[in-house]
Amino acid sequence: MTAAAHAADREELPAWSLPADAVEQARLALSWPAPLSREWAFGGATGAGVRVCILDSGVELGHPLVGEVEQSWAVSLGEEGESIVEPDTAGDMCGHGTACAGIVRSLAPDCELVSVRVLGEDYKGSGKVLMAGLRWAIEQGFDVVNMSLSTTKQDFAGLLHELADSAYFRRTTLVASAHNMPVESFPWRFSSVISVGSHEADDPFVYYYNPDPPVEFFGRGLEVDVAWLEGTTLRCTGNSFATPHVSGLCALILSKHPGLAPFQLKSVLALTANNVDAGS
Amino acid sequence: MSDDRFRAAVAAGVLTGEGLHRSLLQSIVETARAIFSAKASSIFLLDEAAGELVFEAVAGHGSDELVGRRFPAGTGIAGWVLTTRQPLVVEDVEGDPRFGREAAESTGYVPKRLMAVPLLHEDEALGVLSVLDRSDDVRFTLAEMELLGRFANQAAIGLELLLRARRAQEALEGTGELAALARVAGHLDRLPEERRDAGLRLLAELDAVLRA
Repeated sequence: MTAAAHAADREELPAWSLPADAVEQARLALSWPAPLSREWAFGGATGAGVRVCILDSGVELGHPLVGEVEQSWAVSLGEEGESIVEPDTAGDMCGHGTACAGIVRSLAPDCELVSVRVLGEDYKGSGKVLMAGLRWAIEQGFDVVNMSLSTTKQDFAGLLHELADSAYFRRTTLVASAHNMPVESFPWRFSSVISVGSHEADDPFVYYYNPDPPVEFFGRGLEVDVAWLEGTTLRCTGNSFATPHVSGLCALILSKHPGLAPFQLKSVLALTANNVDAGS
Repeated sequence: MSDDRFRAAVAAGVLTGEGLHRSLLQSIVETARAIFSAKASSIFLLDEAAGELVFEAVAGHGSDELVGRRFPAGTGIAGWVLTTRQPLVVEDVEGDPRFGREAAESTGYVPKRLMAVPLLHEDEALGVLSVLDRSDDVRFTLAEMELLGRFANQAAIGLELLLRARRAQEALEGTGELAALARVAGHLDRLPEERRDAGLRLLAELDAVLRA
């Protein structure tokens, strides 16, 4: 085989290695100042150009605190267990998704919001629908997927882990809520996602990096006034509401620094957190 | 037929009904009520076939008459907690659209504030634990929510045990092969020692024959 044929052959393969002549192609325009400041990270950013998926119970259309929702989809399972994704006209089944969408909107007013409904059809076995919805969302290439939900079913952990990794490599950042109860659930426990718990301060721009994971970040989650059904608001507490605060911050950072990989985005968040020198 | 059903049948023969599990649930709601200085605390079981929640244990207000009472599962704060599988703390139910006033009124007690948490077993929501009208002195913090979650884990285990005992009891009372097996296990367990030894020898022989 000639060297050229070798090269042609190699191009069809995944990049398992970095040949010396390819180093230049891999050069990135990204430069990080030191120390990293919030001004650099998201000063003046609005979320414009960033696509945020709300994987939840649906989002109420026309809610003043949510604004425009670009698309709404509903995920269900067919008779053979195959996933069905179709345009959603049911809105929000319980208010949870609308609350999350409103919080993201409050931080990143110009981001694009898309609702993918995976919650609310019944009381059990939501894990399969959740996975089908997540898989679909990853395929759509959203920049941020807000997941204020998790599954406690151990059987799904392996597949969810694969999905989380595939999102990570495709530059889709999963922002996942830690469970509010001391139970083992997924995908927030995976290191490929940005996991979020609650702190008690009432400032949406206060966030902490947790030196003692698995929960990696804490966002505002105590007594938050959120968008609710029928155009109302409601005071809510829980990690479900801390998570979209961090999703909103991610949208701001990505709108100022498009193309950051999830680990870079996570680093920016950590380095600008309130309990880290640069962020305080 | 799965091993689990055989085991359940054998266990049914040996266990004494659901009384013990019920007292565990009762003890959990009484402790939850005391810890939060609350007016009442309840555990609801989800009857999925009927789409209803059933009071399984009640401490404080309504403890005498509510056990066994049912109401629609999809409504109210308990319904929301079941759907989202997340705990919920409401400081003023008056202004909360999730609150099911009719269901509350039918119990004879309408709370001002409420904490509710799902009882989870694997991916399934088995029911809900609720705490009504926590004392004004107990300020709500994230630590309260975590404490409530810990009670819920305990309650979920209690509820799962109760459900297993009921399934086992059904097997015992049935007419199928499992019932016969359960009765044999029960007889054996209650025999005086010499006769039990003889019974066990007989079973060991039967085991050897079946295995061959």
